[in-house]
Amino acid sequence: MQKQEPLLSVRELSVAFKMRDCVLTAVDGVSFDLDRSQRLGLVGESGAGKSVTGFAIINLVSRPGYISGGQVFFEGRDLATFSEEEMRNIRGNRISMIFQDPMMTLNPVLTIGQQMIETLKAHRHISKHEAEKLALSKLQKVAIPSPEKRLTQYPHEFSGGMRQRIVIAIALLTSPSLIIADEPTTALDVTIQADIMELLLKLCEEEEMALLLITHDLAVVSQVAERIAVMYAGRIAELGSTEAIVNTPQHPYTQGLLKALPQKVERRKRLNQIPGNMPSLQERPPGCAFYDRCELRGEICHREIPRLEEKNGGLVACHMVKDAAGKEEK
Amino acid sequence: MSDFIEIKNLVKRFDISGGLLEEIRFKGGIHRKKTVVHALNGVSFGIKKGETVSVVGESGCGKSTLARCVIRIYRPESGEVLYNGTRVDNLSSSAIKPWRAKMQMVFQDPYASLNPRMTVYQTLLEPIRFHFPNVSRSEADDRVATVMKQVGVDPDWRKRYPHEFSGGQRQRISLARALAVKPEFIIADEPIAALDVSIQAQILNLFMDLQEEQGLTYLFISHDLSVVEHISNRVVVMYLGSLCEFAGTEQLYTDPKHPYTRALLSAIPRFGSEGFNHLRLPGDVPTPINLPTGCVFHGRCPHADERCRREVPALITAADGRVVACHGVEEGRLEWL
Ligand SMILES: Nc1ncnc2c1ncn2[C@@H]1O[C@H](COP(=O)(O)OP(=O)(O)O)[C@@H](O)[C@H]1O
Ligand SMILES: Nc1ncnc2c1ncn2[C@@H]1O[C@H](COP(=O)(O)OP(=O)(O)O)[C@@H](O)[C@H]1O
Ligand code: SF4
Ligand code: SF4
Ligand SMILES: [Mg+2]
Ligand SMILES: [Mg+2]
Repeated sequence: MQKQEPLLSVRELSVAFKMRDCVLTAVDGVSFDLDRSQRLGLVGESGAGKSVTGFAIINLVSRPGYISGGQVFFEGRDLATFSEEEMRNIRGNRISMIFQDPMMTLNPVLTIGQQMIETLKAHRHISKHEAEKLALSKLQKVAIPSPEKRLTQYPHEFSGGMRQRIVIAIALLTSPSLIIADEPTTALDVTIQADIMELLLKLCEEEEMALLLITHDLAVVSQVAERIAVMYAGRIAELGSTEAIVNTPQHPYTQGLLKALPQKVERRKRLNQIPGNMPSLQERPPGCAFYDRCELRGEICHREIPRLEEKNGGLVACHMVKDAAGKEEK
Repeated sequence: MSDFIEIKNLVKRFDISGGLLEEIRFKGGIHRKKTVVHALNGVSFGIKKGETVSVVGESGCGKSTLARCVIRIYRPESGEVLYNGTRVDNLSSSAIKPWRAKMQMVFQDPYASLNPRMTVYQTLLEPIRFHFPNVSRSEADDRVATVMKQVGVDPDWRKRYPHEFSGGQRQRISLARALAVKPEFIIADEPIAALDVSIQAQILNLFMDLQEEQGLTYLFISHDLSVVEHISNRVVVMYLGSLCEFAGTEQLYTDPKHPYTRALLSAIPRFGSEGFNHLRLPGDVPTPINLPTGCVFHGRCPHADERCRREVPALITAADGRVVACHGVEEGRLEWL
């Protein structure tokens, strides 16, 4: 049976920043696929390259950064071949972004209704009346109480959680097939975070949208995503089903992260810790970026960057992880 | 064992009225209208020697204000703070000085709390000089080296500046600065919030190690409920400037009584748990400027009744030792299974 082509296919994507005296590679050969209606979590610590990856997918890397290699296919087409006009259309219509700070999306001097209608008119031939109706229905979808009244209010009249709901409503306006959400609940309190994440999950299912959820929070991602990609120092260390990452993580970094969770040891006892820090862009070693912190490292690890390869049903970039099925496996 | 730190009925308000002139213009008259933030509305609890008590609650509920009142950065409107039996909340700035050495604070952002123009050595020397002006240069140097070792920063790096360190190392240096004056009690306000997960574990271990070695007492503030569950002996839950519940960690996490505690704990994202089934609270947290009457949680509480809307619930001590401020719990009408 022929597998349907993925909605989003990221192939060996690299992003570099041109600094005064050097070029720093922030994202280094990242590859993953995302099928229609599927939810993929991209986790990693700050500086791992998650946000830059997100921006690169929609071709919005800002200077001094630039895409230095690889390709992004969306609905089968290489985004590099798109004109700026086409790209704008993709960003408004087919892919929506949600950021940690709702004010990245919202305009403080326009009412919610004005910005929703503006968004719609920019991407659709639609009457004002129709646009209003659609805006109202999306506000209802994100459970904003008394939406008619809310349409006439300004962003500052909403709480942080409500603003993020409005951003989600705006993201829904054009019925995109992909939402890229970059730390959408990181600034919110836990009770509001749970509400927003639950909402996002529900909407993705109902509207058959795919989700790329970028976050540093392993717990949140495990609640929402079907697959998880663990990013470390600009590369994907491991990618697998959420179930596999939770129960049988393969990469030493993933294993270390999970072991360090407080619930893994008795209360008031020392936590398992990973020694050291993630290397900064300037100090990445020649081979595996996790080398300095890894208990399993061998001689080859220092020399050669491990490639992301299929092992034991998941993808992992580690020289020391053996594939139980061996090379024969199809 | 009696309490080492006693916090009694702390009330703290902030007057945020604009300038006088602006208000006269605004009101078109001479009446000055006050806008007051009710940041703490009578918070009481105690901390035993060598214990970790954590304070949790959503942003704006008064955690940092509480910490600052306890360490006398703020003067509370009313209430008392006792340190080993002595009142310290009403001391003058000079009289508080000896207590300041015993009580030290560590902040969330090690970037903002370390002076970028001071080396690690200068940063650590300053509090030693301030609190112990009579120590010799070589004693002070020894102390600097000792605390650097205690927090796991190589004393050879004493000439370096904060920007030369990672976030985790900077937080170690902040902790070293607190330890330099041999405190007994450390207030840590979100000390790991700015750090990555793999670094959080390192810093939490350091906190726990130091407590064990030096018998330190901690007031720990964090919005990370899983971390709090791990490191605390007892936990205070706050909402809108009021204490909801104060209980042993296990008691609280396995059997929360206050309706807000129940909602809050149910929302903790748990690694490996698929989907959501938290208790949903209607509406938003009200502003602390117009405090609700009665129980501050009544507008969002599924169990609110007439009395809740009218009467502020008192802190009652239940049979199992926990403290809870809820009419429903007191009346026995909230019997959780
Ligand atoms: N405008 C920029 N100039 C230089 N370096 C940048 C810029 N933006 C991001 N970087 C670097 O790229 C790396 C990845 O950043 P980012 O994708 O934001 O990380 P994450 O989202 O995982 O926290 C970081 O080391 C960061 O310092
Ligand atoms: N210096 C201040 N001036 C005015 N209002 C303040 C001040 N500090 C805190 N507040 C207000 O007091 C309330 C409690 O704040 P805070 O103690 O910082 O909460 P938390 O640390 O739990 O987030 C908030 O409404 C906050 O806006
Ligand atoms: S490649 Fe080597 S250093 Fe890298 S994670 Fe695997 S074992 Fe460790
Ligand atoms: S006092 Fe009433 S409103 Fe407040 S938490 Fe208890 S039941 Fe709910
Ligand atoms: Mg980011
Ligand atoms: Mg605070």
